[in-house]
Amino acid sequence: MPAWDEKLRAEIEELYARYAELLDEGPLEAWPGLFASDARYRIATRENVQRGLPLALLSCDGRAAIEDRIHAIANTSFTVPRRTRHLVSGLRAPEPADASLRVEANFAVYESLHQDPSQLHSVGRYRDRLVRDAEGRLRFHEKLCIVDGALVPNSLVIPL
Amino acid sequence: MTHGAPDLRWPDAGACRVPYALYTDASIYRRELERIFHGPCWSYVALEAEIPEAGSFKTTFVGEVPVIVVRDRDDAIHVLENRCAHRGSTVCRESAGHARMFQCPYHQWSYRLDGALQGVPFARGVGGQGGMPADFDRSAHGLTRLHVARRGGVVFASREDAGPLEDYLGAKMLRWFDRVFDGRPLRLLGISRQRIPANWKLMFENIKDPYHASLLHVFLVTFGLFRADNPSRTEMDVTGRHSALISRRGGDRAASAATSEMASFKQALELRDPRLLDIVKEFPDDATVVMQTLWPNLIVQQQANTLATRQIVPKGPGAFDLVWTFFAYADDDAAMLERRLRHANLMGPAGFVSIDDSEVLDLAQRGIRAAGDGAALALMGGRGVEDQDHIVTEVAIRAFYTHYRQVMEL
Repeated sequence: MPAWDEKLRAEIEELYARYAELLDEGPLEAWPGLFASDARYRIATRENVQRGLPLALLSCDGRAAIEDRIHAIANTSFTVPRRTRHLVSGLRAPEPADASLRVEANFAVYESLHQDPSQLHSVGRYRDRLVRDAEGRLRFHEKLCIVDGALVPNSLVIPL
Repeated sequence: MTHGAPDLRWPDAGACRVPYALYTDASIYRRELERIFHGPCWSYVALEAEIPEAGSFKTTFVGEVPVIVVRDRDDAIHVLENRCAHRGSTVCRESAGHARMFQCPYHQWSYRLDGALQGVPFARGVGGQGGMPADFDRSAHGLTRLHVARRGGVVFASREDAGPLEDYLGAKMLRWFDRVFDGRPLRLLGISRQRIPANWKLMFENIKDPYHASLLHVFLVTFGLFRADNPSRTEMDVTGRHSALISRRGGDRAASAATSEMASFKQALELRDPRLLDIVKEFPDDATVVMQTLWPNLIVQQQANTLATRQIVPKGPGAFDLVWTFFAYADDDAAMLERRLRHANLMGPAGFVSIDDSEVLDLAQRGIRAAGDGAALALMGGRGVEDQDHIVTEVAIRAFYTHYRQVMEL
């Protein structure tokens, strides 16, 4: 088994920690900055992915669309107040020779609504590709969140 | 058949007041299952595009009854109760797939695609011992078959005969149904599902309630997709149980009297990726949105270029599953397919527009749960139940409950 590039691994872990932190702690407006300008972000169910069906729960083609999604959450969506908590585990870093920087990880997102106990909202797998921006920082180029569950518990508001 | 009616008080003879108990009472829910979902009503179960070949199947529900929808070799479509005739086990454990026959995992009784019982292991015993009685008649023990109706690539089922589908929908509703399901083959884009913690009737009311659309849905108003002063109509069939909301988008995004009533109107917002609003006219008429509710479990959505069926699956008085099946036409070009998938972001459990509805339904049920003997008001647009040429109205809700009271004998 090839050894991890420890420096790259540390950068990737920091990127994923920042990703979760911006969604859970805010500011939400900074979250799109973790994506390349031509990034694709999709949330799809395992059912549709396995059947080869193109529908996503949410799909953003380009960072502009990702920004629109965040602005909608902040300005036009009616939602009951909530807080999310993203737990990311089992990070599988790219092979050293893989120039496309594919990364996979598990995610579990808990949701705390204003009058209810915290509950698991979604659990699944990230299948991502990273890229370096002009300043050499790691950014998401493609991010696919595959949701395991058959049903969304009511709404999917905060990105996974 | 039914014992004494549930103890329910309607504040008046009509449907301008709706008792909150309808949304919470377990005995009313059981009566709804008996008289509506499990009775002589056409429930949506599938698009033919989901089961394209002989042996293709999907599983779903008619009311609370699990069913298998399967295409047979002769192109017939059967809807079968998903319960072994032997001792009641669920037979088919997958949500969709392909089968040559259905086999129960427990004792491996096997059924043909039309539900007929085919194989019973050890029916003749083993070594002269055991076996089924000589008078056991397989033909009497298949999977229970439901009545099936098909139109325009859509499949309906009923547990009791509901008569011809054309009569059930009626000419006015057929016009809007056939507008989308015009006979062109469909293409399945995918399925989304959510469990909404509210009574199933609140979902129907939400789609029969154009009054809320330009007040709750800031996205629709902000980006000019829908406003209270758009040319619109609210139509019902003769029974009042079905309805269609028809609206034509105006180009005007400026503030006006129509937007002044909306607390959250934000004129200055612009989309950074305006392709979401790149709408192509594809139907012969001018309507840009048509939302149909077809009793008891179907919403047909045409909004911009996103098309979907929304199936309501009740899960007790306090919850229902909403199953969204998004589709395209088989002859759509690549640009239209991409457009439909982009517009799908408006809808579904994460939709720019539809999130508002699932969120507000949660709030509605929380408030109603503690409402006791109270009743809701449905007075917007007057007290009548006739079609109206605008959408500042709750007439479709009144028409729905007028029919509901008759069917439920409440």
